Amino acid sequence: MNKLVLSDEILMTVDKPARYIGNETNMVVKDTKAVDIRFCMCFPDVYEIGMSHLGIQILYDMFNRREDTYCERVYSPWPDLDKIMREKNIPLFALESQAPIKDFDFLGITLQYEMCYTNVLQVLDLSGIPLLAKDRTEEDPFVLGGGPCAYNPEPLADFFDFFYIGEGETVYNQLLDIYKEHKRQGGSRKEYLEQIAEIEGIYVPSFYDVTYKEDGTIKSFTKNNSHAKDKIKKQVEMKLENTYYPKKPLVPYIKATQDRVVLEIQRGCIRGCRFCQAGMVYRPVRERSMDFLKEYAIEMLRATGHEEISLSSLSSSDFSGLQELVYFLIEECNRQKVNISLPSLRIDAFALDVMNKVQDVRKSSLTFAPEAGTQRLRDVINKGLTEENILSGAMEAFNGGWNRVKLYFMLGLPTETEEDIEGIAVLSDKIAREYYTIPKDQRNGKVGITASTSFFVPKPFTPFQWSRMDTTEEYLNKQHFLRAKFNEQLNKKSIKYNWHEAELSVLEGVFARGDRRTAKALLAAYKEGCLFDSWTEFFVNEKWVKAFADTAIDINFYTSRDREEDEILPWDFIDAGISKAFLLREYKNAREEKVTPNCKMACSHCGAMEFGGGICYLPRNEEVSAL
Amino acid sequence: MMVRMKFIKTGPVKFIGHLDIMRFFQKAVRRAGLDVEYSQGFNPHQVMSFASPLGVGLTSEGEYLDVSFNSLPDKQVLLQKLNDAMNEFIQVTDMVVLNEGAKNAMASVAAADYLVSVKDGYEFFGIEEFQKKFTAFMAQENITILKKSKKSEKETDIRPFIYFFAFTDIEFLGEDSAKKSLAESYDNGVKVYLKLSSGSVDNLKPELVMEAFCEYAGIPYNEFAFQMHRFELYGEAKDRNYIPLSEVGYEA
Repeated sequence: MNKLVLSDEILMTVDKPARYIGNETNMVVKDTKAVDIRFCMCFPDVYEIGMSHLGIQILYDMFNRREDTYCERVYSPWPDLDKIMREKNIPLFALESQAPIKDFDFLGITLQYEMCYTNVLQVLDLSGIPLLAKDRTEEDPFVLGGGPCAYNPEPLADFFDFFYIGEGETVYNQLLDIYKEHKRQGGSRKEYLEQIAEIEGIYVPSFYDVTYKEDGTIKSFTKNNSHAKDKIKKQVEMKLENTYYPKKPLVPYIKATQDRVVLEIQRGCIRGCRFCQAGMVYRPVRERSMDFLKEYAIEMLRATGHEEISLSSLSSSDFSGLQELVYFLIEECNRQKVNISLPSLRIDAFALDVMNKVQDVRKSSLTFAPEAGTQRLRDVINKGLTEENILSGAMEAFNGGWNRVKLYFMLGLPTETEEDIEGIAVLSDKIAREYYTIPKDQRNGKVGITASTSFFVPKPFTPFQWSRMDTTEEYLNKQHFLRAKFNEQLNKKSIKYNWHEAELSVLEGVFARGDRRTAKALLAAYKEGCLFDSWTEFFVNEKWVKAFADTAIDINFYTSRDREEDEILPWDFIDAGISKAFLLREYKNAREEKVTPNCKMACSHCGAMEFGGGICYLPRNEEVSAL
Repeated sequence: MMVRMKFIKTGPVKFIGHLDIMRFFQKAVRRAGLDVEYSQGFNPHQVMSFASPLGVGLTSEGEYLDVSFNSLPDKQVLLQKLNDAMNEFIQVTDMVVLNEGAKNAMASVAAADYLVSVKDGYEFFGIEEFQKKFTAFMAQENITILKKSKKSEKETDIRPFIYFFAFTDIEFLGEDSAKKSLAESYDNGVKVYLKLSSGSVDNLKPELVMEAFCEYAGIPYNEFAFQMHRFELYGEAKDRNYIPLSEVGYEA
């Protein structure tokens, strides 16, 4: 075993020492001297969150299948340990070998949400790696980023040597092969970057220059190195049906957020909701094969000992083999005393049957995500869920004995009016009224409805990437207005209203669509002490406000401004597979309240067909489902 | 049938708390594919109980848990399967099948053996001085400490609950049973072996003994200065005749 970096005294002082000791079930052990490439994979948030991330489990397994590579892990030290490490000058280390991150060849950071960006700087800082890529030397690891936020990497461009755009299964092996050869020959840092800049999907920000117009928008985005590509093409694994997937996922000692086997059944989503980045950038929809899923489900349960399995996808109900898979799992799980959790199921006869079979008598709650309060606004966002669907689905569930409903909405969607906002309260009330149409002696007690609103944040590569986002003030006004409307409802006592913080959403909005200049504010905020911003207890908005003021960066320029259709957007150099023409068409359809059919009904020619597979090449489903 | 397993908890696993160790065993049993009994009801769970929760930071080679099996493989096969599903720091070293109606592990615990070592970098006495002071400490008729509970503080004499102490393993465990221990060892060599009352009635933790000793010796108590290692848990037979928890029931 490798000696732990942290002393007993430190480990006995900090919260949850298990976050820092490694040695979990299915951890890969290799001789660090016997490998050519050392790769440290980082999730820049606390261990329990990071350990729940499927992407890292996949890449950890994929890298470690290579004999010449040892992939290890690091997560953000919690603020208690962060303080101790700074005081005692303890460099950040990887869990497996407990070796300093600075000794690695690569530090790969997954970027899952914008509000982890200060944690990215923390990881670099604690590792003793220069924060700015330009200050790094031959002694430093290559710092690379990937994940959904890499679809607009520009706010982080200064801090990363390169970004990997798209799905990890495709060109990582190429990157590593080239590195091995590069290391053997003793080439310079720049030479390696030049070599990999020629690989599809790899973006080296230092090889591009950005200039700005007087009004602050981008004037030009040009490459300054002949090895760099004009467009960075999103990577897509087209053999998803049976590609890399871990048979032995890591099992932490302490309870992670996902304390279960996660079976990814498909990638992509047919729905095309206009606010949803995942639904756009993970196109085309690709399913894994039934044999593969059955085999891996059993194998992973055996190798982890988990008591629960869950299916992962953007919309499980749209998976063509769902019934077969779910009934197979129910049988298998009953035998093994394992629970199944099924997220995002559309309520229909099958779903109710499944829920009856897998859930206990206490009946967990039913979840709907109408996202908007009126049909008009749902048409704007292309959320093909009608009031009738919701009411009849709820009623079926009520008749089946359920009496708790969770509803998710967004405030601040484009074209939103007071009527749309009020609609959130009205729809919640209608569901309660529906419940009370059941004769009293047949009801299962009172109904409980929880309605939550989050604030809409426009994301790159969605039809709303040009849209204005509300200011904090506008958001708060809307929230107050809605709260008052909830209080006017007949069944207000059965409805609980929850809301998200507005300031955090606005900052998320800045970095979601920010350009390279926003890096200054990010760095300033980190230096002010911002860390773990996605954790309410650590988020200090005043520090962020000061950071933006000190660096003279105008938040409103990035958020509450409608962008012109011909404006050069910071992420325009990425080819995400969906064409700008399609996004513009959808932007227009949104304003005209026109619904676009889903991928199973008809092809809307988004551009994803060029990947040569997936749903784009399947015969269209004649039986169009109502939802 | 109920099986009592003895296990070790060493290395980095000493930082894993009791609840997580329970979860670890439940998952390990599943990985090993053992045919254990599950409780009835909608959330079936394994019928499993631990003898005595070990505090975070302590190591041990004498932990026990009882697990109920539907069917039992050969002892060696079972040990191999289970240990393959765990790691080098947490391993089952022995198992016995309990007689029908035997008291469960937790109810059986009456005493525990510990080794308390001073960690390097935290030395306060040399070996000789420590042994002299500790012997004098133990020669007192009463060792009164202030026991704090949630509601009140009350004075307790812990001397009767310290059954035995020694400075060497031979002296403590006897010539025959002295063996290579899994306890972490330290260069400074300051250590003491303790047999303490344990269990639900008069549970005395080694930390409390060392705190009382430090007070007696007039030095500040530093909770990080000591590494505690549990050797064994005992059930009481008659007249303070302690038998290890593994020596009840019969061999599988």
